[in-house]
Amino acid sequence: MTTPPAAAPAGPGPDPAGTLDVAWARRFVAEAAQVVAENRVALSELDRVIGDGDHGENMARGFAAVTAALEKAETATVGDVLKLVATTLMSTVGGAAGPLYGTAFLRAAKVSDAPAVDGQGVHSLLDAALEGVVARGKAQVGDKTMVDAWHPAVEAAAAAADAGGTPAAVLRAAADAAAVGAASTDELVALKGRASYLGERSVGHRDPGAASSVLLLDAAARAAGEA
Amino acid sequence: MKKLINDPEAVTSEAVEGFVRAHEDLVVQLDQLVVARAGGAVRGKVGLVSGGGSGHEPLHAGFVGVGMLDAAVPGPMFTSPTPDPILAATRAADGGAGVLHIVKNYTGDVLNFETAAELADAEDIEVATVVVNDDVAVEDSLYTAGRRGVAGTVLVEKIAGAAAERGDDLATVAAIATRVKDSVRSMGVALSACTVPHAGRPSFDLAEDEIEIGIGIHGEPGRRKIPLASADEITDLLLDPVVADLGLTAGESVLLLVNGMGGTPASELAIVYRHARRRLEEQGVAVRRSLVGNYVTSLEMQGASVTVLRLDDELTELYDAPVATAALRWNL
Repeated sequence: MTTPPAAAPAGPGPDPAGTLDVAWARRFVAEAAQVVAENRVALSELDRVIGDGDHGENMARGFAAVTAALEKAETATVGDVLKLVATTLMSTVGGAAGPLYGTAFLRAAKVSDAPAVDGQGVHSLLDAALEGVVARGKAQVGDKTMVDAWHPAVEAAAAAADAGGTPAAVLRAAADAAAVGAASTDELVALKGRASYLGERSVGHRDPGAASSVLLLDAAARAAGEA
Repeated sequence: MKKLINDPEAVTSEAVEGFVRAHEDLVVQLDQLVVARAGGAVRGKVGLVSGGGSGHEPLHAGFVGVGMLDAAVPGPMFTSPTPDPILAATRAADGGAGVLHIVKNYTGDVLNFETAAELADAEDIEVATVVVNDDVAVEDSLYTAGRRGVAGTVLVEKIAGAAAERGDDLATVAAIATRVKDSVRSMGVALSACTVPHAGRPSFDLAEDEIEIGIGIHGEPGRRKIPLASADEITDLLLDPVVADLGLTAGESVLLLVNGMGGTPASELAIVYRHARRRLEEQGVAVRRSLVGNYVTSLEMQGASVTVLRLDDELTELYDAPVATAALRWNL
């Protein structure tokens, strides 16, 4: 009888502690639904100042519907959950946020149709989501939109993943960068969306879509179980 | 906030239910929040679908009927409908000759109609889209989401609807809708703000003696706030940019639409019309057709908009063609 070499490293193969699975995706939805509900009034208040005052209502309605849909659904992969989030948000949120978040989650679902997602996988998922937002909304960094939260989030996720970070670490890096990015929208003049009609008058106010993006990314990081 | 409502959350659904029952000879409500022509899609005719946030009544459900829209999609108050009901409306309007989506240029409307058009395409329903952007108040459209779709939308729906009714194919109906869109400009003023029922307070702030020139139909800001002035002076501030943007010259023919925002008496709209017509005639422009009333409103907002459409013989003929809807009816 031979024994395997004791020093053999686990290698880059599946590591239960280093990947996210469908249970994470479900925890993420629960965390997101809760934090969106808690911030319903705050998000609508941001939107009232430079938009039409319904972003919190719309997002809360959407995530309540996602929670209900998920209770009845069988999901095997992260992608299954994200796809359900995508289609439900598209059909319940309305406004610009519905198609934007819907497309983001749909693109993320396409690259996470696997039982387990590692740190690089988390980066790919976030990158796909950003591409979806840009494809649909055609906004660039600096236009005072959710792209100003998502773009730095994806850059930070790439750096964390390249450094060998766990999925939780990658998500934390993304959420923190998104928060800085969202704060940067305070000083920007809106060039896209309804706030753009305010021109200079949009300065001094945070973009509601960037703010809700931070809530979602932070929920994803917390669901991944970092302290 | 004092409003004649039951539950702020139920305003749209209850209003649509009442509207449909009041006009049961013209329209039906589908399972989703969609208002379609009674009798269903017309075989072989291009279908016309429009929609957008509620609060602008009679737009769009008030324009469903013979000679105009086949289906309308009322979204939540001031919020675009989602792709699902837009797709349902597109199916209901499809008589096998394709469907034209008439979309007002707002980010939410454009994105949701775009998504619905993709879904319809997957079901082999051919969809063409025209995005209406007649609001000249938005000066720097390069640095914004672009000019907004306002009262000119009614004229696009009327004239494209007549083209579809006479049997034009989808490409032709879309081309005529685009021609109307390119020939129509509007600008509005608000004397007071409006209150979205579930928000419970006015969507923007105006002092007692202040008005906002260039207001959007959701209370988006316009070019500037100024002190209240006379009707004639305000009409000049609305008409001049419209005429300049159209590049109107002496000898041309136009349609003049003075639209109320919901809280303006008919008499005040007539006063605005009177001056706008005089000013156009002084410039040698012939006002061949006129429309004065509440067509694209902003809840109870006090205010009005002035819309001018450059007419040619074909557009005039299509405008005159028979129409039977809740809000427009003639030549039947």
